Amino acid sequence: MAGRLSPLWQRRLDAFRANRRGWWSLWIFSTLFVVSLLAEVIANDRPILVGYDGGLYAPVLKEYPETTFGGIFPTPADYRDPEVQGLIEEKGWILWPPVRFSAQTVNFTLQQPAPSPPSLENPLGTDDQGRDVLARLLYGFRLSVLFGLVLTVASSVIGILAGAVQGFFGGWLDLLGQRFLEIWGGLPQLFILIIVSSIIVPGFWTLLIVLLLFSWTALVGLVRAEVLRARSLDYVRAARALGLPEGRILLRHVLPNAMVATFTFAPFILSGSLVSLTALDFLGLGMPPGSASLGELLSQGKENLQAPWLGITGFVVLAALLTLLVFIGEAVRDAFDPRKTLR
Amino acid sequence: MTSSVFPSAFGGDGGETVLSVSGLSVTFRSGVQAVRDVSFTIRRGETLALVGESGSGKSVTALSVLQLLPPSGVTLSGSVSVLGTEMVGAALPVLQTVRGNRVGMVFQEPMTSLNPLHSIGQQVEEAVSLHQPLRGPALRARVVELLTLVGLPNPEKRLNALPHELSGGQRQRVMIAMALANSPDLLIADEPTTALDVTIQAQILDLLRDLQRRIGMAVLFITHDLTLVRQFAGRVCVMKGGQIVESGDTAALFADPQHAYTRHLLASHPSGQPVPVAEDAEDVLAVETLKVWFPVRGGLFRRVTDHIRAVNGVSFRLRQGETLGVVGESGSGKTTLALALLRLVQGDLGGRAVFAGSDLMTLPRPALRALRRDMQVVFQDPFGSLSPRMSVGEIIAEGLRLHDPLPEAEIRAQVAAVLEEVGLPTDSQDRYPHEFSGGQRQRISIARALILRPRLIVLDEPTSALDLTVQAQIISLLRDLQRRYRLTYLFISHDLRVVRVLAHRLLVMRGGEVMEDGETEAVFAAPRHPYTRALLAAAFPDQDAGSGL
Repeated sequence: MAGRLSPLWQRRLDAFRANRRGWWSLWIFSTLFVVSLLAEVIANDRPILVGYDGGLYAPVLKEYPETTFGGIFPTPADYRDPEVQGLIEEKGWILWPPVRFSAQTVNFTLQQPAPSPPSLENPLGTDDQGRDVLARLLYGFRLSVLFGLVLTVASSVIGILAGAVQGFFGGWLDLLGQRFLEIWGGLPQLFILIIVSSIIVPGFWTLLIVLLLFSWTALVGLVRAEVLRARSLDYVRAARALGLPEGRILLRHVLPNAMVATFTFAPFILSGSLVSLTALDFLGLGMPPGSASLGELLSQGKENLQAPWLGITGFVVLAALLTLLVFIGEAVRDAFDPRKTLR
Repeated sequence: MTSSVFPSAFGGDGGETVLSVSGLSVTFRSGVQAVRDVSFTIRRGETLALVGESGSGKSVTALSVLQLLPPSGVTLSGSVSVLGTEMVGAALPVLQTVRGNRVGMVFQEPMTSLNPLHSIGQQVEEAVSLHQPLRGPALRARVVELLTLVGLPNPEKRLNALPHELSGGQRQRVMIAMALANSPDLLIADEPTTALDVTIQAQILDLLRDLQRRIGMAVLFITHDLTLVRQFAGRVCVMKGGQIVESGDTAALFADPQHAYTRHLLASHPSGQPVPVAEDAEDVLAVETLKVWFPVRGGLFRRVTDHIRAVNGVSFRLRQGETLGVVGESGSGKTTLALALLRLVQGDLGGRAVFAGSDLMTLPRPALRALRRDMQVVFQDPFGSLSPRMSVGEIIAEGLRLHDPLPEAEIRAQVAAVLEEVGLPTDSQDRYPHEFSGGQRQRISIARALILRPRLIVLDEPTSALDLTVQAQIISLLRDLQRRYRLTYLFISHDLRVVRVLAHRLLVMRGGEVMEDGETEAVFAAPRHPYTRALLAAAFPDQDAGSGL
């Protein structure tokens, strides 16, 4: 089956590649995303590998008490402590990640009061708690993108299903669905989010569900209209004449043709999800205090105008991320448009 | 009345040159050269026809006369001169004094060329007041005069009518009134009758001819229909692939075509005879007093207050290997009849339609689904009837996968075989519908129906959207397939010329009812019903209705 379909997918891939901007954006975005997925081995306050006394240790993965390396205390080793470093280097070596801070690591050896400007040790400076901005950016990027992807997929699936069912079966179902959407859309989203976040402790999944309550409606109207249009087309009639069951007609003939409109919306939904999480974090209603996120970085930038590296970093990263997503979305749209001619 | 408004008519000969096109070439940004080195002239009072199939560049030529092609997308070279004014490269104000003023234009599609939100009075008024200083009652009087001229009944009362309140023919009359608003010297008519029923077509052509005689304007007539050319045009230019391959006086060119393509075009009218039906052929379909009524609901509780009787009491029998031609104009109920037989319409069905031993009208859905492989359908629009997101192989194999679960390789082989049968390359399987021309798409539709080996195929205007030469190919394909598989066709068409060469028997419908039925040749030779006679007269204007070809 896969071998048989390959010419079609080859064509789609070619169309995607033909959009050079989108193609490059995809590569840049994927690289950044993969890098951020590996954040633990890139920015961490523990070494990746330690060789000590002939044995190999991976502190990134496992906690070792200080006594392992000949120390006194049975507590987990603090590898940033010069004492501990000295103990290890006596009988072995340390392989550090490129950035020797994790998102929560406070740099106690700053020469200036936090937030401190960019230096060799902290290339993007530190925030007002003395934490390395580059490390926090890496972790925050990962959190934002993962959150956005999950929210986009979940709200698209729900929205497409709801829209398709309304458009295809019509009648009372459609009428009631539309009225429900109008009422739902009239709810004051932000107030509800503020109220909810004061009742429950916000976390990744709770925030996701709360945001999903409102974001799934984005695609419903669009898919419904596309399905209504496609329902009366000749090829749907021809499929009925072939004896295809209604469900299969919906899945094979109607939905795929409603997909281009959906795909053009997907990047905007993704960027919208990123922005809503960032906004909540910025307001302090998002992820638990202290978690690294783009919104938290921006809010630090706002509160510390004397430290422009915070705000500028947050802005540049967010703007670049959103731009990349839109470019990728354009290329995806080209790929799924069969009328697009390849040059 | 008209003599006071329009200049007196000139004869066709010796009048001044209204339009002169020389060495015109149009290249699109994609690199396609749509028009190549085209030259012709039209004198006052003359009618020149540009004939060609779709893609021959005839419409592009017409659009470049008024420079209506998007300036960023095309490159023009050569010269187009209207009454001595050079149009190629002219500034917009110059063009605007010519457009709608010296040159009027009528487009093909009367449904979309009028603005649906403005009354027809407003739209004609706008066309007049753009170029003439008429205001108030004088403007209104002029509009009424124009609408009277194009034969719109009760023009004073119709001024506030919106386009959707008018029929297709009436809309085309309004379009012509707008084109004539400023007594143009040249009228460009781009397939003005293609979207209309045959009897309406004849009326519009009569109107154009009459107006031309009264106003003395020149007409550039663009069409694919050679019959219209013969009736209507003094001179013809035959276009192919962006070039004029032959031109000359209509009579001479039709009598003695020089270029091979012209001969091909003239020869490719529907021809041949229906495949004879075996004597002992059994009945495939027996329809008795079939009714399709659509309820009209009104009032607060949406009670049924009335019915639209789309099909009312139609009866016929179809034998194996036979073709029944259903003819009628738009709104006659012929498509509804077909969809009702396939149970694809919502509405109140009545009567009986016995197919393969069961009554299609009352058969429960699951049983109907199993029966569907024996009756298939080919629709009119080759662009709308194929899902644009499925490959040709997927489209054709879909029914097979449903009714006959076979191994993938076997399905692929069958699809390849059926593609070959309808005359398409077998490697078309993995391509998408948009890569094919209209005629090829119609072959794909036929393949989709054929692969299930049905007994009955409903053909709903399968050739109407196609060029003449392609039409002839599809007809001969259909006939071949009928001979090979003893297929039974229900052939719906408004085109009597096509029906005649394919159908054994004929059913003439109007307003949902059968006006006349009988053996095709008998109906053509001696039509009993006046409506049939009117249809025949409109379709074969060269002959008396009774005498046939």
